[in-house]
Amino acid sequence: MEAGRKAMSETVPLLVLRGITKAFGSVQANRDVDLTLRHGEVLGLLGENGAGKTTLMNILFGLYAADSGTISIEGRPVALHASADALAAGVGMVHQHFHLVPRHSVLENLMVGQKGRGGRLDEKGARARLGEIAGQFGLGLDPDRPVSRLSVGEQQRLEIVKALFRGARILILDEPTSVLTPQETEGLFAAIRAMAERGVGVVFISHKLNEVRAITDRIAVMRQGAMVAVIEAGAETSNHRLAELMCGHELAPPVKRPVETGRVLLRLERVSAGGGDGRTAALSEVSLELRGGEILGVAGVSGNGQRELAEVIAGILEPTDGRIEVDGEPVTRPSPKAMQGLGVGDIPEDRIGAGLLGGLPLGDSMTLPRIDRPPFSRHGVLSRGAIRAFVTEQILRFGIKAEGPEVRTGTLSGGNLQKALLARELAWDPLVLVAAQPTRGLDVAAQEFVYNEFLDLRARGRAVLVISEDLEELFEISDRIAVMFEGRVIDVLDAAEATAARVGLLMAGVREAA
Amino acid sequence: MRLALELRERTPAWLNLALPLAAVLATLVLCSGLIALAGADVGEAYLALFSSALGSTFGLSETVVKATPLIFTGLAVAVAFRAKFWNIGAEGQLLAGAMAAAFIGAREGLPAWSLVPLMIVCGAIAGGLWAALPAVLKLRYRVDDVVATLMLNFIMFYSMMALVDGPWKDPLSGYPDSPDIRLEAEFPMLLTATRLHLGVLLSALAALGVWFLMRMTTLGFAIRAVGENPRAARHGGIDILRTTLLTAVISGGLAGLAGVGEVGGLHFQVMAALSPGYGYTGIVIAMLARLNPLGVVPAGLFFAAVLTGAEAMSRKTGVPVFLADVIQGTALICMIVALLFSTYRLRLRRAQAH
Repeated sequence: MEAGRKAMSETVPLLVLRGITKAFGSVQANRDVDLTLRHGEVLGLLGENGAGKTTLMNILFGLYAADSGTISIEGRPVALHASADALAAGVGMVHQHFHLVPRHSVLENLMVGQKGRGGRLDEKGARARLGEIAGQFGLGLDPDRPVSRLSVGEQQRLEIVKALFRGARILILDEPTSVLTPQETEGLFAAIRAMAERGVGVVFISHKLNEVRAITDRIAVMRQGAMVAVIEAGAETSNHRLAELMCGHELAPPVKRPVETGRVLLRLERVSAGGGDGRTAALSEVSLELRGGEILGVAGVSGNGQRELAEVIAGILEPTDGRIEVDGEPVTRPSPKAMQGLGVGDIPEDRIGAGLLGGLPLGDSMTLPRIDRPPFSRHGVLSRGAIRAFVTEQILRFGIKAEGPEVRTGTLSGGNLQKALLARELAWDPLVLVAAQPTRGLDVAAQEFVYNEFLDLRARGRAVLVISEDLEELFEISDRIAVMFEGRVIDVLDAAEATAARVGLLMAGVREAA
Repeated sequence: MRLALELRERTPAWLNLALPLAAVLATLVLCSGLIALAGADVGEAYLALFSSALGSTFGLSETVVKATPLIFTGLAVAVAFRAKFWNIGAEGQLLAGAMAAAFIGAREGLPAWSLVPLMIVCGAIAGGLWAALPAVLKLRYRVDDVVATLMLNFIMFYSMMALVDGPWKDPLSGYPDSPDIRLEAEFPMLLTATRLHLGVLLSALAALGVWFLMRMTTLGFAIRAVGENPRAARHGGIDILRTTLLTAVISGGLAGLAGVGEVGGLHFQVMAALSPGYGYTGIVIAMLARLNPLGVVPAGLFFAAVLTGAEAMSRKTGVPVFLADVIQGTALICMIVALLFSTYRLRLRRAQAH
């Protein structure tokens, strides 16, 4: 079979993209991109945010029309005008955000879009086919379980099954591991290998270089809309080399210099919060101290009170008990405005949902928390000139890819949105910065950028609280790491003495016996 | 060859002007079918409609007078919709303002010079309070604002009818009307031999004022931010309750002024026929104007022209007057379709070259 696959892939490639070009206004999203995918191949697609990966895949999936270029599948040119065409041609795509009907069962979700015979759905056939796919690829799912009761990993599995069910021979996975636990990732990789074994071509888009190197056969790297390299995923490709290909220049890893810690800038004493609105007690008796010149990392399995911790410090969530002090000042009436007034900067986890104004100009998004102050306004009257000048300056300083302050915020890519949010909060030099999942979905270069900004704050004697599910990130930048479990801070470790194993145990609620 | 929609990065300025015009044009084209069906000559009918509405000083002034309440209610809706406070209640708020004006204007005990300013202020306050009620219900108890504002229209209308058919009935006429306001309370006229009253001027000033509020003030910024993304607004330190409540009061106040103008400048009393649905038409006007306060003025004038011209058209060509309503409805649908093109662009997709 191995030989058969080889022979097939040598004769006619599964997919050939040739000279794909696409512009949005003056932005060249794809320029003359060539890409070949063989039968049974796993191809990694790497690139910074805004490098054109998503545009390219959207063209392949029929969501955008290319300005020029051709697509052929198994040697035959195809015209993909809509995702229906792509599905018919055997192209399947699993997006980062799933497209499932939560109330419907696994089987019903599979049958969405089926024509059926004489208006009747072929449930028996679908059930049999689901069993077949499950067996072949190790993608088992209970057909009658409603999607709302599936875990995130299972929902993703359903999306993959859905694509295979519709006869996908080319499967695009857009950052599939960003939502998975390490165990679920292993399961996904096994399924990808099984699919490749049976001749399915897989395009694997990810920012996690280790994963890309582990699962793919070849790696294609895009930069500024162009394909800059396609290399074999062998031992000789290092993360460092890939990162440099992606950003086109040498990368200096963030340097954490020793800094004198200053006075306590943020103190939480037995703070409890949440529990209302049907939510279970989210924070219980959390005590923390954060000094100037310090980065405190907060680790924990998602949903153990990290979000509430961030919200309490940002003034969004009112504590039910306990005491909060910022730079020695007790917080009496918490509100976002009050916390800002005391010097707390807030980078919420959900950038576009809680941070920025997607449908409004970038200028509005970037001045939102300070709009009621000079120079942006005086006596309630806006100074459009000052707003424009500020935003233009920040766009340059942070290298935000946006045409100007008038661009609709929502059209920026993830990394640029995060830069905009950072620029906005750093511009007023907060004493304490609370950042939740600050690099989620960002590429290597953007990650480094964020780390350097945090380290710069630290060097200037400010305090940074970073909540993250990425342990490597916490080890890289934190001075101390607090681990949360079921709403409590169960331990705070010095970063020097923290190991992945120790933190991992704490995240599971296991405290080592003293 | 196929058509497809693509998201625009930004909306070019000329498009904001071109889309409403295209929508109006499409409306006239679509409605010409009905005119033809009614057995009239399309060109003649439209000529009759627009020449009577715009062709003479008197026609023009009548159109402007008719546009005044429409501009106020259009502004009211435009402000509220920006904050995603779905105020369908401009009609009731208009009546609240009208009743306050009619009540104040008939007070014998007040000094004559104070009547007009008091009518304006109290009318705006009455409308604002009537809109504050559903806003509080929404903010406090999560009562749906669409339903609440809509239902309050009926409560206000029938309360007014109960009053003018009872304790507030005009003793002189005996009709279910309120007593006339005092002569000194009648709005001054801007031009002789027309019905252009003070309210006309106020509506133009209000359009400028609302434009300034929305574009140039922190409150306008807050209103837009809350409408666009309340979570982000809250993280940014904007008080959502306060902003929504203020939005409702401003919106209701503007609708109230529509009622004040009708009482002070035209009818001098309140009665059942005071508003033929100006509050609802305001919604269509605000949409046609794309919630832009300055756009509300031409949109209001267009609707007023259709309303005033429809009768002349009917007399000359026999087309039913109800065509005016059809034109309004069609314009709304055309505008909603046109709005799509301000955020998306239409692209022709060629079959890919082989």
